[in-house]
Amino acid sequence: MLISLFGAVESGAIYAIMALGVYLSFRVLNFPDLTVDGSFVTGAGITGMLIVNGMSPITATLVGAFAGFIAGCITGILHTKGKINALLAGILMMIALYSINLRFMGQPTVSMLNETTIVNQIQSFWSPAIDSALNSIFIGADRVPTTWAILIIMTIVTLAIKFMLDFFLKTEVGLAIRATGDNQKMIRSLSANTNFLIIIGIGLSNGLVALSGALVAQHGGFANLNMGIGMIVIGLASVIIGEALFGKKTIARVTLAVIGGAIIYRVVITLALRVDFLESSDLKLITAVLVIAALVTPKILQSRREKKRRLAKRAALMERKGREASA
Amino acid sequence: MLNIHDVSLTFNEGTPDEKIALDDINLELQKGEFVTVIGSNGAGKSTLMNVISGSLIPDVGDVLIDDQNVVHLPEYKRSKMVGRVFQDPMAGTAPSMTIEENLAMAYSRDKKRRLVPGVSKKRKDHFRDYLDTLNLGLEDRLNAKVGLLSGGERQALSLLMATFTEPKILLLDEHTAALDPSRAELITKITGDVVSKFGLTTMMVTHNMQQALDLGDRLFMMDKGQIIFDVKGEEKQNLIIKDLLDEFQRIRGEQIASDKAILG
Repeated sequence: MLISLFGAVESGAIYAIMALGVYLSFRVLNFPDLTVDGSFVTGAGITGMLIVNGMSPITATLVGAFAGFIAGCITGILHTKGKINALLAGILMMIALYSINLRFMGQPTVSMLNETTIVNQIQSFWSPAIDSALNSIFIGADRVPTTWAILIIMTIVTLAIKFMLDFFLKTEVGLAIRATGDNQKMIRSLSANTNFLIIIGIGLSNGLVALSGALVAQHGGFANLNMGIGMIVIGLASVIIGEALFGKKTIARVTLAVIGGAIIYRVVITLALRVDFLESSDLKLITAVLVIAALVTPKILQSRREKKRRLAKRAALMERKGREASA
Repeated sequence: MLNIHDVSLTFNEGTPDEKIALDDINLELQKGEFVTVIGSNGAGKSTLMNVISGSLIPDVGDVLIDDQNVVHLPEYKRSKMVGRVFQDPMAGTAPSMTIEENLAMAYSRDKKRRLVPGVSKKRKDHFRDYLDTLNLGLEDRLNAKVGLLSGGERQALSLLMATFTEPKILLLDEHTAALDPSRAELITKITGDVVSKFGLTTMMVTHNMQQALDLGDRLFMMDKGQIIFDVKGEEKQNLIIKDLLDEFQRIRGEQIASDKAILG
C-alpha cells in the first residue's frame, strides 16, 4: 500500500509536466489540442531511440522535448495558416504522429532497461544515507521505498518548470498569449500577431508534453507506441481536479493546482485499482468518472451555497416583516 | 496624416446578396483632426473603420498613414499605428486578466514584445497616474479582473488603452452606443479630453447626432458607401441637428428623385 502510493506520487510528479502542457493549451490558449496523445509518444520514442543509440540521456531528453515542440508548432500552423478547426488540427496531427513515431522508433516498443537513463543517473549520484534518513519517518512499515531520489529530483524539476511557466505567462509575450486565449480581437488590435502566438504556445505546450513522455519512458524503462492513448484526458483530469481542489485565483496558484491535480489523479487511480471488484481495464472508466465528478461537484456545491444564502435572506426578510407587523 | 485614395469594397460580389459597402472613397485627415462620422445602418461607416484598421482589405484603393501605404499591412502590424475602441464594451479588454495586465498589453502596442515582466513597479505607477485621470477609482483596483468591471468602466479603460501610447490614428466605433445615457456622456467627455490632450488624429462613428456635433472639428455624413457631406471648421461648429436632418433629406431626396428618373 505504502509502496504503491509512493510510486503514484512519484509518477504523478512526472506526469505533472504533461498536465502543465495541457493547461497551457487548454486553459491559457483556450485551444483543445489533441496533439498531446501523439506528442507524448514522440518525446518518449525519440528519446528512447537516441538513448539506445548511445546519446547522453539529458541531450536525448531535450531532443525529444524539442521534437514535441515542433509537432505542436505544426498543429498551430494547421490551425492558424490552414484555418483548420482546432480540434481537427489536433486530431490530424495526432494520427500523423502515430506513423511518424513508429518510423522513429522502428518497432512498437523500445526498451531502455540496460541503458543509462536520466533515472539511473539520478540514482547513481544519490546518497543512500538520505533515503535511510527519510525512510525513518515510516517507522513500523514493513516495506519502505527503495529510493527517494526520483521523487525529490522530479519534484524539483517539475516545480522549476512551474516557476518558469509562471514567469513566462507574466512577461509581455506571455500576457499576449493569455489574451489570445481570452480575447483575440482585442489583442490583435494591440498589435500582437495572434497566429504566431498560437503557434508558439501550442509548440511550448507539446514540448512540455514530450518532455514528460521522455521522462515517463525513462522512469518505466521503455517507450511504447501506444503509451500516449488517452493522455489528453489524463492531462485534462489533472487540470480540472487541481482547479476544483486548489482554486485558480492567480497563475501561480493554478499551475501549482495542476501539479497537485496530476499527483492526486495518480493516487486516486492507484487506490481505485486496489478495490477488489475493479480491474485494471476499468482504468479509463475510472478516469472518466473522476473528471465528471471534478467538473460537476463544484457546481453542485456552489448552487447549494447560493440556495442556502437565499434562504437565509428570505428568513431575515420574513423576520423583519413580522416585526414590522407586530409593531 | 491619413489619406484614403479611391477605396472601394463590395461584399458577395456577383451574388444576389451583393452589397457595395464602400464606393470610391477619397479623404484626407490632417494631423490632429477629429472627425465624427454619421450615417444610417449599412452606410459603410464601420466598413470604412475596418479598412483603416486593416481588419478588412479593400478591393481597390490605397490607405496611407503618415505617407506610408499600409493597405497590405496585416491588422496586427497596422495596429502599431492605429488605436481602436469597439462598440461592445466586452471587445476591447481581456476579461480574465487584471486591469494592470490589460494596460501592460496596451503599453506594448508600439513596441516589440519581449520576455520581460509586463507589469513592473515603474509601469504600475505610470498606470496608476493614467487611471487617475479617469476619476473612476480604478487606480486602486489594479489587481481586479477586468471581467468584474461595469460596461462603462470597461469602455473607459478601453479608451485609455487605445490612446495612452498616442497612436497616429484613433478609431472610435460607436463606442458609447452600448452605455446608458449618463455613462455615455462620461465616456464622451473623457474622449474629448484624451483626444485633445494627446492631439490625436481621430475618426469617430456615432449614431448620436448631438454627440457628432459636440465632439470634433469635422463631420462626415455617409450613405450607400459614399461620403455625401463633409463640413469642418466654423461651419461645423454652427451646425445644429436640424441642419443635419435637412441636409440628409436634401441629398437623399435628390437620390430618390434620380432613381425615379432612371426607372422612368
